[in-house]
Amino acid sequence: MTATNLAVASGPEIRGRSLWADARTRFFRNKAAVTSLVIFVLIVFACYVVPYLGLRAPDDLGNYESWGAPDLESGYLLGTDANGRDLFVRTLYGGQISLLVGFTATMVSLVIGVIWGATAGFIGGRVDGFMMRIVDILYSMPFIFFVILLMVFFGRNIILLFVAIGAVEWLTMARIVRGQVMSLRRQEFIEACLSLGLSRRRIILRHMIPNVLGPIAVYTTLTIPAVMLLEAFLSFLGLGVQPPMSSWGLLIKEGAEMMEEAPWLLIYPGLLFSLTLFSLNFLGDGLRDALDPKASKD
Amino acid sequence: MVRYAVHRLLVAIPTLVVIVTIAFFLIRIAPGGPFDLERPLHPKVMEHLERIYQLDRPLHEQYLSYLRNLLAGDLGPSFYFRDFTVSELILSGLPISVQVGASALLLALGLGGLLGVAAALRQNTRSDYAVMTVATLGVTVPNFVVAPVLTLIIGLQLQLLPVGGWGKPGNYVLPIIALCLPQIAAIARLTRASMIEVLSSNFVRTARAKGLRESVTITRHAIRAAILPVVSYMGPAVANIITGSVVVEQIFSIPGIGRYFVQGSLNRDYTLVMGVTVFYGALIILCNLIADLLYGVLDPKVRYD
Repeated sequence: MTATNLAVASGPEIRGRSLWADARTRFFRNKAAVTSLVIFVLIVFACYVVPYLGLRAPDDLGNYESWGAPDLESGYLLGTDANGRDLFVRTLYGGQISLLVGFTATMVSLVIGVIWGATAGFIGGRVDGFMMRIVDILYSMPFIFFVILLMVFFGRNIILLFVAIGAVEWLTMARIVRGQVMSLRRQEFIEACLSLGLSRRRIILRHMIPNVLGPIAVYTTLTIPAVMLLEAFLSFLGLGVQPPMSSWGLLIKEGAEMMEEAPWLLIYPGLLFSLTLFSLNFLGDGLRDALDPKASKD
Repeated sequence: MVRYAVHRLLVAIPTLVVIVTIAFFLIRIAPGGPFDLERPLHPKVMEHLERIYQLDRPLHEQYLSYLRNLLAGDLGPSFYFRDFTVSELILSGLPISVQVGASALLLALGLGGLLGVAAALRQNTRSDYAVMTVATLGVTVPNFVVAPVLTLIIGLQLQLLPVGGWGKPGNYVLPIIALCLPQIAAIARLTRASMIEVLSSNFVRTARAKGLRESVTITRHAIRAAILPVVSYMGPAVANIITGSVVVEQIFSIPGIGRYFVQGSLNRDYTLVMGVTVFYGALIILCNLIADLLYGVLDPKVRYD
């Protein structure tokens, strides 16, 4: 502390560090977070690039046996499924869908939920009452009918899946953010903002949301697996991804049914799914710690 | 606070009417009907069925008569489970779903909270990472994997607990475990994150500075504030879990009401879906109201005026 003060006093070339630069340094000092970042990038690369490097097609029935155990020599690294399709290739292609659904639907729910909750909690009173009753109403809607109707009006389209899932997943996020904001609203720094005449928009975006990042980051990392599993559920009902495309959720679901006869069908997609979520969890925690406005300055 | 609660209970009535209205038309606009089979019924038979269940009348008349019956507490007959009324179906399954769900939630709240606080107190140490890894496993391994694995290992190989059937205390254990694992994970992670933030706040420093014992600082001051996001999360989670889970009910053959939400929709059992929707809506409104009131009790900074 004293060293910095001296430096500021003596040297004109010392510049202030931006919050972002601080956050970056803090993030890269966190080993768990950096490792997770590397793993996550590798997984994304594997799913989006590797399948196009001359592997079999995901619907290639080949001439290998059904339910073949993993076998290096024949090139079926992770074995085959009921139709003799290469599980390795199918898992990678499935990852494309899962990552896409997980990322997009989570982003939709994150943006809507945070803004909705922060606005309701900050303004309070009637506006809050009205906004939160809408949340209650949406919670109660029969979800499957909602999805069926989307499919009827807009045809079978994977984008609809994101919309449908995102539309329900933001509700709890909104409630969590609102609860936190209601508690923050009475704190001194917000009073200071108000007395400085800052606009509501600015207070919410610049002062409220950064202070609720902790629960937001955690709930986001809880939303991603929920979204991916909801996708599997809808696809299972015939409302989501259609064969021959697949997703991690669907592969795991199929694998769970065959786990005594062909355990690899459950284990490998499950491992990749878990690994992805683990890395996202630690990544989320690392980001939260890095962006925490109250983190100790050192 | 009391005024706020009364106000919210009054607002619940129009909210429920909105829920009933939207759900009613949403369900009816969807294609397919309750009597659609692989081989279509004879038109005469269809006409007959529709007349018996009053599906031949204009939609708005059906809607008004549904509302009128609802006010009288009548949810109508189920279209799929013939000979049963929707109220009978819900009332017979509900106690079971509530027993299983509530036990799972209490267990999750206790264990998850404890793990979360413990991890926060030892932030970024090995025990923190260990707790969070276990907690994360709870969310990443889905229900439809946990449930069969549990049956396979504990039920079939070790023969410790019964696998199927219903009624004996032993039947409750595996479904409760399967239901509470993801909740433990979510609660532990939420508790940890907000506990870390609370521990660095001024009022905790003040409590420590005035010489309070650490245990009192944590339990009386820190946890009270840190539990807020968990309360928010629990509102909808309670409503969700005590109304049962399709997957868990199917695997352990539990006669609860979770299956009605999905099966009812797929069978186009209009009255059953409406019945569970109304019930679920009322529950959501109630749980979120309790959560909102708890904010005020736990956190002196939250005020309703």
